[in-house]
Amino acid sequence: MSRPDGYALVTGSSRGIGAATAIALAADGWPLRVNYRADESGANEVVAKIEAAGGSATAVQGDVAEAADVKRLLEPGERGPVLVLVNNAGLRRDGLSPQIEDEQWQQVIDVNLTATFRATREALTPMLRARFGRVVNVASIVGPRANAGQANYAASKAGVIGFTKTVAVEVARRGVTVNAVAPGFIETALTEEILGKDLEKEIPARRVGSPDEVAACIRFLASDQASYVTGTTLTVDGGLSA
Amino acid sequence: MPTDVTTDNVEKTIYDGLVELGTERGDLSREATLESLDVDSLDLVELAQIVEDEFGVELRGDDVKDVKTVGEVIDLVVSKAG
Repeated sequence: MSRPDGYALVTGSSRGIGAATAIALAADGWPLRVNYRADESGANEVVAKIEAAGGSATAVQGDVAEAADVKRLLEPGERGPVLVLVNNAGLRRDGLSPQIEDEQWQQVIDVNLTATFRATREALTPMLRARFGRVVNVASIVGPRANAGQANYAASKAGVIGFTKTVAVEVARRGVTVNAVAPGFIETALTEEILGKDLEKEIPARRVGSPDEVAACIRFLASDQASYVTGTTLTVDGGLSA
Repeated sequence: MPTDVTTDNVEKTIYDGLVELGTERGDLSREATLESLDVDSLDLVELAQIVEDEFGVELRGDDVKDVKTVGEVIDLVVSKAG
């Protein structure tokens, strides 16, 4: 089966899991849109790495919390529509529930959940028309599992998993798959302040994960080989939630 | 430039779109029901995109949820453009 022409878009891919994912998808031949909100130099580095490996990529600024930016990120280009969408951009604003402000709640929901919905909505029709599409949402083991101080984050990520399952069954008959990955503790900027607190002892693998290990799972879910995998959440946590 | 929204133009676009989505051209008529043509909810999503690309008319989920026949789809597009 020949794959239709199009782009892969990874939101929030100037660093961490997003950057590793962009590089992995480029290795599979997808022209990449490397999205960043503020870290332009990080995004340019990712683009340079992809190009050095023989791939094609463009850094694209856009704040996924803004509806108009999401629309723009998903506009078709010379090589077609976005056919692989990785909703990765994420935000944490931790606090105990009694102390979470409305703004802290809303920001996390906007970036982690609403942006995932908007980007997926925008991407789906071209994917349906192409009879091919891959949406991979970056959820978390927090959501299905509790983590004190992250009620907003947990709600957003549990929402992403419910959203993933429902959209998956809506579009499965058109060759479009929608899946999630649920990383555990991964070494990224988002987790650096909580890592190193004897955390490794609680993880069966006795170590935190790397962005590349999550990216490998996303790459699989985005591949032709994963054509019969949809509506699932692949946990990548060294056994933590087993 | 979007195509002019005349009933004839819309009918042609809808008919061509439905054929592209797998309907037999000989089965098409204004009176044919979407159900009898096996046009499902995702087909309608795609048809809405075809209409938007051609005429710049946006059909939302609420607009099409009560539509039963091909003729009603055509009339809906024409009325939305008006």
